[in-house]
Amino acid sequence: MSSRAPQLALDDRAVEQARDLARRAGTPIVELATAHTTVAVERATLRLAGLGGADLEGTPWVNALVDAVRADVGLGHGVCLPVWDALVRGEAADLDELATKAAVGSVRFGVPTGRAAIDALSAARKQVGTGIEKLDVRRRERERMIATVGDAPSTPWIYLIVASGDIYEDIPQAQAAARAGADVIAVIRSTGQSLLDFVPEGATREGFAGTYATQENFRLMRAALDETSRELGRYVRLTNYASGLCMPEIAAMAGMERLDMMLNDSMYGTLFRDINPVRTFADQRFSRQIHARAGIIINTGEDNYLTTADAVEAAHTVTVSQLLNEFFAREAGLEDWQLGLGHAFEINPDVPDSFRMELAHALLARQLFPDAPLKWMPPTRHMTGDVFRGYLLDGFFNLAGALTGQGILLVGMMTEAVVTPWISDRDLALQNVRYVLNACGNLHEDFAPRPDGFINQRARHVLAESIELLERILGHQGGLLDAIADGTFGLMKRPADGGRGLEGVERRSEHYVNPAIDLLEAGR
Amino acid sequence: MNDGDQGRLLRPYGDTTGDGMVQLSFTLPMQHSKVAEGAAAQLAKKMGMDPAMVVHARPIGTGFTFFVVYGRVNHLVDVSAVRVVERDYPLLSPQEANLAIRKGLRRRLTVVGGCIGTDAHTVGIDAILNIKGFAGDKGLEYYRELRVVNLGAQLSVPQLVLRARKDKADAVLVSQVVTQRDAHILNTLEMSAAFRESYPAGSRPLLIVGGPRFDESMAEELGVDRVFSRGTTPGEVASYLVDQLVTRRSTSRAAPA
Repeated sequence: MSSRAPQLALDDRAVEQARDLARRAGTPIVELATAHTTVAVERATLRLAGLGGADLEGTPWVNALVDAVRADVGLGHGVCLPVWDALVRGEAADLDELATKAAVGSVRFGVPTGRAAIDALSAARKQVGTGIEKLDVRRRERERMIATVGDAPSTPWIYLIVASGDIYEDIPQAQAAARAGADVIAVIRSTGQSLLDFVPEGATREGFAGTYATQENFRLMRAALDETSRELGRYVRLTNYASGLCMPEIAAMAGMERLDMMLNDSMYGTLFRDINPVRTFADQRFSRQIHARAGIIINTGEDNYLTTADAVEAAHTVTVSQLLNEFFAREAGLEDWQLGLGHAFEINPDVPDSFRMELAHALLARQLFPDAPLKWMPPTRHMTGDVFRGYLLDGFFNLAGALTGQGILLVGMMTEAVVTPWISDRDLALQNVRYVLNACGNLHEDFAPRPDGFINQRARHVLAESIELLERILGHQGGLLDAIADGTFGLMKRPADGGRGLEGVERRSEHYVNPAIDLLEAGR
Repeated sequence: MNDGDQGRLLRPYGDTTGDGMVQLSFTLPMQHSKVAEGAAAQLAKKMGMDPAMVVHARPIGTGFTFFVVYGRVNHLVDVSAVRVVERDYPLLSPQEANLAIRKGLRRRLTVVGGCIGTDAHTVGIDAILNIKGFAGDKGLEYYRELRVVNLGAQLSVPQLVLRARKDKADAVLVSQVVTQRDAHILNTLEMSAAFRESYPAGSRPLLIVGGPRFDESMAEELGVDRVFSRGTTPGEVASYLVDQLVTRRSTSRAAPA
């Protein structure tokens, strides 16, 4: 992909320094993540082992079982030893029955030792292993399907959103969007799902500004898009959100239902949803290990920094976050082709040279991450309700995307901030994209920014500011965690002992076992 | 508004005074055809456009057609009959607002804000509260005499009431961006009811809601003191706070009934 964009004159040593600083800032966080487990990590493990469904009130069985185990013996050892110990002891015939019994309190859990621990672990490994195999099967299925029906014809992939709240409305809309030219369909989640500490069950028809992420909704949409992919002769990718309090569970469901891309950011939940940082980092690591295995491309959320802070002043926070996201992603086993690092076209159009700066920022990201399929996000902050001006702005956004070799282009709507997209808004937006790609998709061949021109200077300036910020983070006594606590990112102060979901975090004991993590790490 | 416009009758303006020209676009759920274009012209006519020119028709997918229509309307706009909520308080600079609070209140004024319900869109509340502000106008955090507590998104109403009490809020600002199924209206009603229940009559904080889809004339109906709509600046909110909590309170004390 790197050959599709003009080259900047960056100092290789500065690039190396920035990456090294990100590694140093991120390493203690990985240690923190591996020293803890969370209710969501344990629930995701049970989901991989095949436990699904919910009771009559909608409480998922994985929640019931994890809560019961936790009440008896805590989570420091992980949920697997106590759960499979109970199964080996014959407390229940299978996981479903065990969860039902646990929910009414008719099973006592203990932490097995000696022979009993070996038996429990071996049973757990076998059953959790079937979930990991399912991820492999789905991944091969995707590869086979792309080989037979064909892939998206060109980059950037055209990414369109559906968000009706009702999965049965979303399906025809998604199919229509695919027929109209979308390479990627994202089903926006219902507002508020990120703060639910459980994953709703079944097909859902009610959501606010989006549709709930459930395993059944994933399955229904993927099946519909498979049908459309065959009809169109190109594989249409499906995207959802592994974010919020159930990050790893949703990642497991996505892998098992062959979703293709997932929103997954290392700090978004903490900064923008006030989720406890330890919870976020522990959940994030496991969810990314699952994505890595499932062949899913992650999309990170750097665009969000620019929706709350000024896109010129805060440009370097995007770069820093991209570097951290890259470090955490690689550590979790993701390969570069799986890193849809985010950034956005959010500079105030009234600022002189705004477009030149956008090009500089986009090229900087392109060059720092040459093998990552960058996710390019359209303007939202300066979409005012003047749909005509917004259409022009989206045209420039598309031009910047085409010229700088972005991998995934989220199609901007002129009615951003006015209404949820109408059928005509989507059609006009796609015409805009097509016109630009057709008119100048190869312009990068002719365009080379002058080594000491405005664009190169701006890119070098942002890189230097990124290095400064990373150094400032490392200057904090507690490193990145303290920097997050004192508002270094986006002015939001998020202390490590505060935030939502903290009660679901437990320190791992020295006997902590999670066969899913073992298998995922062994498979690398 | 220009005083000269009061009482005038107007028509839309294309390129000549009185031409009444408007543009309109919409989609009909039918395949593109001559009949579809006729149908678009019929709709425009029924909406009062005459003559209506269907200048553009484009099929979308199989069963839809998008139209752009230009045409003349014969309706007159009676400016004197328009009712809007005009700003009924003086607009103050941050310095003037700070000074008024310091002199009139002799303490800082506490503002508690957030997004209630499932609404996760903090752009509105952040634009008003964050120091960064909106459209070059600094947010309320910039005002030295304002103490700002930004509770962020997805607050429950009980949480908001609790924080308002704990922080002895003089004013509560709530932003609502998501409007699906009238969530903004329902959430606001729940919020104002909760404050009515939890405070003795006449002592609750000033309640202000804002968001792009609110109608500014709905304050009474929603049980709040003020509704701010699209495009409101932090300076306007600060000026309103000073007017209500400093200027009016001191004049009402000075002139007992």
